Order: sequence, then C-alpha cells, then structure tokens
Amino acid sequence: MVFKDAALTPEEMPKTTPVPEPHGRMPTGVSWEPLEAGSADPFGPRRMHVERHLVDDEGLQTDPLAEDLMVINIGPSHPAMHGTFRLKCWLDGETIVKAIPEIGYLHRCFEKMSELHPWQEVFPYTDRLNYMSPFLNNVGYAMAVEKLLGIEVPRRAQRIRVILGELSRVMDHFVCVGTNLVDLGALTNFWYLFRGREEIYSLLEHVSGARMMVAYGRIGGLMRDVHAGFEDEVRALLKSLPRYIDDVDKLITNNRIFIDRARGVHPISAADAIDWGWTGPCLRAAGVPYDVRKAHPYYEYDQFDWQIPIGTAGDVYDRYLVRMEEMRQSLSIVEQAIGDLPDGPVNVDDWTISPPPKDQVYNTIEGMVAHFKLTFEGVQVPAGEVYSYTEGGNGELGFYLVSEGGGHPYRIHCRAPCFAIYQNIGPSLEGCMLSDIVAIVGSLNVIAGELDR
Amino acid sequence: MAEFVSENLRRNFGDAIERVSDDRGDLTVWVTRSRVHDLLAHCKRDPELDFCFCMDVTAVDYLSLGGVPRFAVVYHLYSLKTGKRVRVKAGVPEDDPVVDTAVDVWRSTDWFEREVYDMFGIRFEGHPNMKRILCHRDFQGHPLRKDYPADLRWKLLRPDDLLDEISGEEMQRIRSRVSHPISE
Repeated sequence: MVFKDAALTPEEMPKTTPVPEPHGRMPTGVSWEPLEAGSADPFGPRRMHVERHLVDDEGLQTDPLAEDLMVINIGPSHPAMHGTFRLKCWLDGETIVKAIPEIGYLHRCFEKMSELHPWQEVFPYTDRLNYMSPFLNNVGYAMAVEKLLGIEVPRRAQRIRVILGELSRVMDHFVCVGTNLVDLGALTNFWYLFRGREEIYSLLEHVSGARMMVAYGRIGGLMRDVHAGFEDEVRALLKSLPRYIDDVDKLITNNRIFIDRARGVHPISAADAIDWGWTGPCLRAAGVPYDVRKAHPYYEYDQFDWQIPIGTAGDVYDRYLVRMEEMRQSLSIVEQAIGDLPDGPVNVDDWTISPPPKDQVYNTIEGMVAHFKLTFEGVQVPAGEVYSYTEGGNGELGFYLVSEGGGHPYRIHCRAPCFAIYQNIGPSLEGCMLSDIVAIVGSLNVIAGELDR
Repeated sequence: MAEFVSENLRRNFGDAIERVSDDRGDLTVWVTRSRVHDLLAHCKRDPELDFCFCMDVTAVDYLSLGGVPRFAVVYHLYSLKTGKRVRVKAGVPEDDPVVDTAVDVWRSTDWFEREVYDMFGIRFEGHPNMKRILCHRDFQGHPLRKDYPADLRWKLLRPDDLLDEISGEEMQRIRSRVSHPISE
C-alpha cells in the first residue's frame, strides 16, 4: 500500500498492474511541452501545440480545428449541464454535426470504496449516486443485501420504504422538470416545483435528520421508526404537492413556446431505446410500458391501484408528460400506502443484522456484545452473488453484489440507469440544433453522481 | 421457473456451457470465453429467449479468492417478452484479458464495456472505441483490480481533446457536408 498525498513520481507508480498500451489514435501534429522550461514534473502544467493545416499521406487535411467547423465545448462546468460532464460539439452554423461526450469528472470510486467497508457502511455512498432521490438508492442497495441474506423486512418498514421512496421519486421528477424548464426560460415553474421539493425535504429531515443525504435505509429495515406526526405530515404533503404539479401543468403543457421547443426534439423509437438499454421515464416516453414496480413487483406494489403512463414519440415533450403523470401516480401510491400503514417493528428481529435497541446495548451484556460485533465485524453475509433491481428515479437501478462470506462486500457494482441513457447522446445529437442541447440533456435527467459513480 | 432458458442454451451450445446455477432466483450460465459472443447473439435473436435488453456488463476480479481464471465478465440480460433474466459469465485469464465485444448485438454494451476495460483492463475485441471512460486518459493501471491500492492518488492535469474518438475519414465526411464553407 502506498500512503502518499502528493503527486507520484514515475518510480512510485504501481508495478502490480501492467501498463496499458496507448489506445485510440493520437491526433497528428499535437505536442505537449512543460509550461516551465526544464520542468521535470511529468504531470506539471503543459502547453499544447497544434500544427495547423496538416496533410496526411493521401493529401487530405486532417486538422479538425481547421476553419470551417466551429468547435464548442459545453461543460464540464456549465449551468445547463446539471452536473459535471462535457460535450464537445462540432457545429455547422447552429447544427451539430458531431458530438462527443466525456464523462468521469465526478468519478468517486463508489465501487472500490464499497469493497473497503462493512456491508452496512455503504449506505452513505449510495445516497450520493442519484442525489436527487437518495432514499431510492438506499432501498435498492438494502434490497440487494437482503436478497443475498435471504431475509424479508417487516411490513411496516416496507410501507415506509414505499412512501418515502415514492416521495423521493416525486422529488426527482420535480428537479428534472423544473430545471429542464428553467433551462428553456420558464423560471416560474422552477420555483413552484422547488417549493414542493423543499416540503418533501422537511419531511425527510424530520424522519432521518438530514434533508438531502438521508442514509435512512438499513439492512433489514430502517435507521429508526418514523416520528409520531409522520402520517399527518405525509397527508399534509398529499394536499399541498398536487397544487404545484397542477400549476406547472396549466402553465406549460399547452404552452406554445414549450411545445415548439420540445415536441419532435430528440425522438427515439422503442426499438432503439431498448437497444441502447434505456429504462425509466425516458423508455416509457418511447412507448415501452416497462416499469420494475409492475414487471417485478416488490413491497406489494402490485396491490396498489396505479398505472404506467407511456408516450408515443419518445421526444422531450413526451418525457415531460410521462414525468408529470408519474408524479400523480406516485402520490396516489403514497395515499394508498399511508392509509394502510401497519404497526410493528421496522427492523428484522435479528441482532446479527439489525443493531439491538439502545437500552439493550447500554444495560445488557448480550445487547452490548451484539452491537460491538455488528459495528466491528459488519453484517455477516453468506457467500454468493445476486443482481437486485428496483425502479429508481431514472429507471432500473441494479446492484450486483458478490460476497465471499463475511462482513465486507467482495464486489459491488451499481447498474446506473443514467449510464445507459446518456451513452447514445453523441450519435443522437447529430443533426440537432445547439440550443436544443439544454432541452435534451435536461429531459434525460442525467445525474452526474450516478453516471460517474 | 427459468428452466427453458438453461435448456435452450444447453441444447444450442452443449459443451461451451461450463456451468449452470440457479441461486436465490438468479440464473447464472458460465460459458467458454471463445463462445460468449455467439451465446449473447443467440440470447437476443432466438425467438424463445428474446433477451432484448442487455442491462449491464461488468466484471469481477477473483484474485483474492484464488480464482482460475482470474477475471470473469458478467452480462445481465432481460427479456421483456418472458420477463426472465439471465446472468452470463465467462472466465478471462490474466495473461490474455480479451473478450469479443457485444456492441454489434446490443449497442447498450458500448459504455459498459469501456467501463470494464477502464476498471479491470479487460479489452473487448472489435469494440469501436476501446478507451477509458471514467478515469483520466493518462491514468495507469486498473483500479477495480484487487491488487490496485485503494489509496493511490494521481495528479493528472492534461485535458482530453477527444480527437482520438473521431477518425480522419469521419471528419472528412462531416466537413464535406458543411453548408457554408468560409474558405476554399
């Protein structure tokens, strides 16, 4: 192991793994030299030299920076990109003729870090995947570990997971629709929707102590039971949230300006969407009624009365319509779930999985030992591998876990829905207008935390 | 429950199927590395199986578990028609970490395979753009390998001009379509 904060010298580079050969084609005529003459730091600041008007063996100009196409970099830090990713576009006038995405600016080694922690300490990392709906990630990860353990959480915990999960989905769609509209110049809707989001945040804060990164899920249940006034607060939300959705609906759905900007922009066929691995609202906007909650119901989703909205064209306008209807369906699910919230524990009755109650920890030796072992050795998960999937804010959120048996995961892989959705952005942007990029990227709801992990 | 999937694959691939397991409701099929592309193409095109989605491609490094071969690439397929899922795994040795790409079967595998290359150093033969995707282009080593130290830091500043992702022919094609060339 190397413990070092500063830059590595070439001698310190890892020897255990083979150095890959250079991949791809290096552009001809580009060279690099240190900004400071004679600087020995191989990673110091550099100046790029591009020789203009290069001619290859066949006499063709190969310098793409030649005069006739304009090159525009959008991002990695751009207010309309909703995260740190970069699009390099070659423009003919205002039409994009070539676009290449570059991602990875928010890569935080989620999977590597998870391997170093006990199973139960991965939850805060999962919060930061899709940070617009953190609780849905908690649920997805908890379900995967519970599948590996072969346990089922108590019914009350399932219901609370459904209620907070659906409110998180509403929050996710609020942000997506609100920011998509603000990028197109419709600022008022952003305020309407973010006000609703703040109200949901307040509920999450009362429940978990954190507004955004809740880390409220636990293996075998929840961090703790909900507070006394939970049901009243959820009912108050159910009264207030539809108003924001209706306000935006009235302002936008038949709005001539929005329709001109959104209808027919970036359409995708159902077959293409499936081929590219799209899931979630973007796939449903293309007319494929695939929703994990219906196709593979978990937590009694099949017992609620709700429907999957689908679109026809798969364009920006259909994605907006699908998200608007999904919010209403989610609120309907919350209403049905809160009406039948069972009493009982929220954690499984097994001290090797869920920590014992605090009075047991402080006052009995058994509780103390169980708590100690759980904290230091982690939840003991049997060897095996599972792929567990839930419906996240953007589509199928999958966790592939490999366990060697013991307190630490051997391998955790997160199948992020954004990753599949964003990968066709390069080919599909060709022929679009430059000004449509913000509408398109906003409607895909690409979350950099989930994309780069 | 999902027997017809394993039976169909056994019928069509026989000896190439190394192992089939059904653990916790997840059907896993181990296949010889040389036949993995054929099997994936069959999974998509066979009308009985009809695995229209390739949900996920990833890999596992079995170094700490003493696995031989060291790596395994893992595909998760899903069928809308039958609602079934299957996990396809193929062992990949350390000294020749190459697998045939599945981009020609599902385009969704494009970035997933690049991520596997980036994180594990397993190359996908025939992939149109086998380049790192999450790590910096000057990054060395493959971080999700078990022998890669987790606390190793890099200071990499060189920007990527992304020109290696666009071929000279493609640039010629694009430029030939320009509507208003400024200079001739």
